[in-house]
Amino acid sequence: MAGSYALIAMQHFLDLIAAFSLILIAFVLVTLRRERIRVEYSVSWLAAGVLLLLLSRSSVVLNWIAEFLRLENPLLALLALVSITFLMVFFRFSVILSQLKDSNVAAAQRVAILEYQLRELHEEKQAAQSRA
Amino acid sequence: MKLDSRRSPLMVLIPAFNEQGAIANVIREVGQAMPGVPVLVVDDASADGTRMVALQAGAAVVSVPAHLGLGGCVQAGYKLAFESGFKYVIRVDGDGQHNPADIPRLYDVLRESGVEMVIGSRFKNGNGEHTSLSRAAGIHLFRAILRIILGKPVHDPTSGFVGVNRKALGVFTKSFPLEYPEIETLVVLQRRRFRFLEVPCVMRKRQTGRSSITPGKSFYYIVHVLLGVFVNVLKFDGRQLRLDRDATLSRPDCRI
Repeated sequence: MAGSYALIAMQHFLDLIAAFSLILIAFVLVTLRRERIRVEYSVSWLAAGVLLLLLSRSSVVLNWIAEFLRLENPLLALLALVSITFLMVFFRFSVILSQLKDSNVAAAQRVAILEYQLRELHEEKQAAQSRA
Repeated sequence: MKLDSRRSPLMVLIPAFNEQGAIANVIREVGQAMPGVPVLVVDDASADGTRMVALQAGAAVVSVPAHLGLGGCVQAGYKLAFESGFKYVIRVDGDGQHNPADIPRLYDVLRESGVEMVIGSRFKNGNGEHTSLSRAAGIHLFRAILRIILGKPVHDPTSGFVGVNRKALGVFTKSFPLEYPEIETLVVLQRRRFRFLEVPCVMRKRQTGRSSITPGKSFYYIVHVLLGVFVNVLKFDGRQLRLDRDATLSRPDCRI
């Protein structure tokens, strides 16, 4: 009785994960369609969504992974994979954010320097014209 | 004032963020201490009239389009100084804490000693009384850590009153810490086997405004700087290992 209840709970959890994955994939695709996310940055989220969907629908693979990780419960294996997947996605975006910040700072500095030099040239030109 | 490195090999750099109340006085004092030396104010997207006040006081002003923080601001000034051909740059804070009357002594040491960087130190025969208790505690901690890394004592590692020569300028235009740059800069110098000297200076109370490092940010400051120092030490070790390996491989008895 307890075993069948655990199985039902597990199936319910896997269904929830599958539904979440589908919502995530749909949400990313809609955001892509509205051009609010670039394709290169959507790949990580789509890959994470597809991975979760496949794992939640394939108990054989999930059991194999649980056995490999020496976890008694396949749900724990799925939770571990979900955590690792999203941590990797977050880390990837932290790297991208850092690179973008460096590029932004360099661009802002270049703009400021060029603006200064342009103003200097303009003032020199005006001074030369007034002398002439 | 035009930035002309043919007239003076030295440029004074003042990073400023919302320093409308103090910046004019600082520029005037720099002009009195170092007549004819170009002064560049890098305005870090101030919300007040810092830019206009600095221009009226006779400084050249570069305004970055968005708030970059101290490191980004200083690096912008270093880049312009390097591209304009200056041999030396001395950085002074825009809040009036650094006394521009000390600039000639820093400049003399920078030129005559040949070191890559000089630091105006409030603790080396100077005065430390304008330092808060929490900042003094932080300085003691960083001193102890830097002594191990640098192999020599540094009395005032958080001082922003620094002068650099063109060699250091070339390095900092490529790589410079964006936040809280002072301490990390020392480790960057050490990685490149650059030298620095400390010059005793008297620091004053800031004339207007408040320090960006509030008590709440102190913990973040310490963690951030320690991490930055640690990362630079890791870079140093990797570079050294490569250099050692290359030196070993280039020896005739080690060639395959």
